[in-house]
Amino acid sequence: MTVGINAFILVAGLLFAIGLLGVILRKNTLIIYMSLELMLNAVNLALVAFSRYNGTMDGNLFVFFIITVAAAEVAIGLAIIVALFRLRQTVMVDQLTSLSR
Amino acid sequence: MIDLLFYIFAAITLISALLMVVSPNAVNSAMCMIVSFVATAGMFVLLEAYFLAVIQILVYAGAVMVLFLFIIMLLDVDKETNQILKDKLTLGASIIGFALLVVMICSAFCGNQHLPETTLLPVLENPTGEGIGIPFTTSAKSFGYSLFTKYMLPFQVTGFLLLSAMIGVIVVSKKHKEN
Repeated sequence: MTVGINAFILVAGLLFAIGLLGVILRKNTLIIYMSLELMLNAVNLALVAFSRYNGTMDGNLFVFFIITVAAAEVAIGLAIIVALFRLRQTVMVDQLTSLSR
Repeated sequence: MIDLLFYIFAAITLISALLMVVSPNAVNSAMCMIVSFVATAGMFVLLEAYFLAVIQILVYAGAVMVLFLFIIMLLDVDKETNQILKDKLTLGASIIGFALLVVMICSAFCGNQHLPETTLLPVLENPTGEGIGIPFTTSAKSFGYSLFTKYMLPFQVTGFLLLSAMIGVIVVSKKHKEN
């Protein structure tokens, strides 16, 4: 493979930027949360690229732990979003303004 | 050939991620997200992290996105009826910020001032990962070896983290009895 490490980090950085765009742009809490997962995924890609081009296993192990923690975090976050929906009947962030009054 | 595969996977990843961000329907977003995760797993395969590619497809594209789809369909949120285009300030600010970030990333990693390119180490010389430290191998055996030697404490802590996450989900999603 003649693709260098910079191409992989470029793709990871663009993925991170797209995830950040989703977090800023969308109003739906679920889609904001999915964009956060996209950002985590971009970091995973960068870590695997570093691991492969550095010749050590540590980056791969970090990605393993990140995926594990992300799965737990998704379960917790979705439970919180469901509780929020039960309390407020909406998941749109522009309608969740009870702290600003 | 492998370079062509990389370009294909990168294009699929980025395009489906963009579609995820801009599609007004939440279920369509989740589907685009699954495509993006699978293409990322393809890039993991190109980087010879086969175990992680399988884990990515099983955990992310499988379990996590099924959870997301389940919650999206459970809450049955109404579609954002062109809410993206209605809020002009947020739209302009986020697009300008995104463009700035893309320019920054592109100037950092392509052009003539990027990181020095490293040579790709051959992984087939040492398939079992014997030797000093934890050299990069493609085998799942080296994963298990490093999990139970160098990363023993994080491994145990992650187990407790999963347990506490399970208990937390049960506590949060429990219906409160109204007295």
